[in-house]
Amino acid sequence: MRQLVSLISGAIFGLGLLISGMTNTEKVQGWLDVFGAWDPTLAFVMGGAIVPMAIAWQYSKKRSPVLAPSFPAPPKPEIGRNLIIGSTLFGMGWGLVGLCPGPAIASLSFGGVHGLSFVVAMIIGMLLAPKLRTHLDQRLRPS
Amino acid sequence: MQVDWIFGLFGGIIIGTAAALLLLFNGRVMGASGIIGGLVDGSGKSDWKERALFIAGLAIAPAIAAAFQGGAQTNLTDNYIAIIAAGLLVGIGTRLANGCTSGHGVCGISRLSLRGIVATCFYIGAGGLTVLIFKHLLGVI
Repeated sequence: MRQLVSLISGAIFGLGLLISGMTNTEKVQGWLDVFGAWDPTLAFVMGGAIVPMAIAWQYSKKRSPVLAPSFPAPPKPEIGRNLIIGSTLFGMGWGLVGLCPGPAIASLSFGGVHGLSFVVAMIIGMLLAPKLRTHLDQRLRPS
Repeated sequence: MQVDWIFGLFGGIIIGTAAALLLLFNGRVMGASGIIGGLVDGSGKSDWKERALFIAGLAIAPAIAAAFQGGAQTNLTDNYIAIIAAGLLVGIGTRLANGCTSGHGVCGISRLSLRGIVATCFYIGAGGLTVLIFKHLLGVI
């Protein structure tokens, strides 16, 4: 049952990304292009997505998930070095071509060989991340 | 252009509904980079089927919808150096930061997580600067 929910959630997420235009890299880069032809669509997407999710978080208080023992605990509020460096690196890649992980997978069927290449590079990057994390922890201690 | 924000808002609500579904049923935060990353690096071995099925749904549903509407465009650059560099940066960065646009953005901001808000400010800031430098100053993208 959890597996079915995962499949359906992924499918709905993918449809939302397609409908909102977030699989179109021009719209994403347009949002980031503050000094060019700025495209505000992404703000509407993010705003629209936050509403049902904020309701869900509210509803989750003092309740349990239908198919799991408990909701995920809030992460520690600390703003670590890895969060800052990682988000900055991610933003650079995101700006460069206009793809982030969700839309990269959602556009696999129509993204051609270029889209597939991005996903392969992204997976290699994900495999390299623990090494960079260890390296940063050793070089820059204490944080 | 004029109707794009309506599609954006509607699509956004659908994205948030997908995230709410995963949270309320499975008790999971819908973060694309975490779901993919846990599958490829083995850290999510215990629930790999759920992860794989989520990714399958994420890839297949837009494929079917795009086929019905006669195809879709990503308008992705054909500059291979940019594609590979961007892929590596997105992969490394999202795993180092433990989240991307869906995890830190949609799921984090909606619970007023300071980490999610800070991460979102940094990736949008870095993305904006990257477009400014590589599009307007260097003219390579």
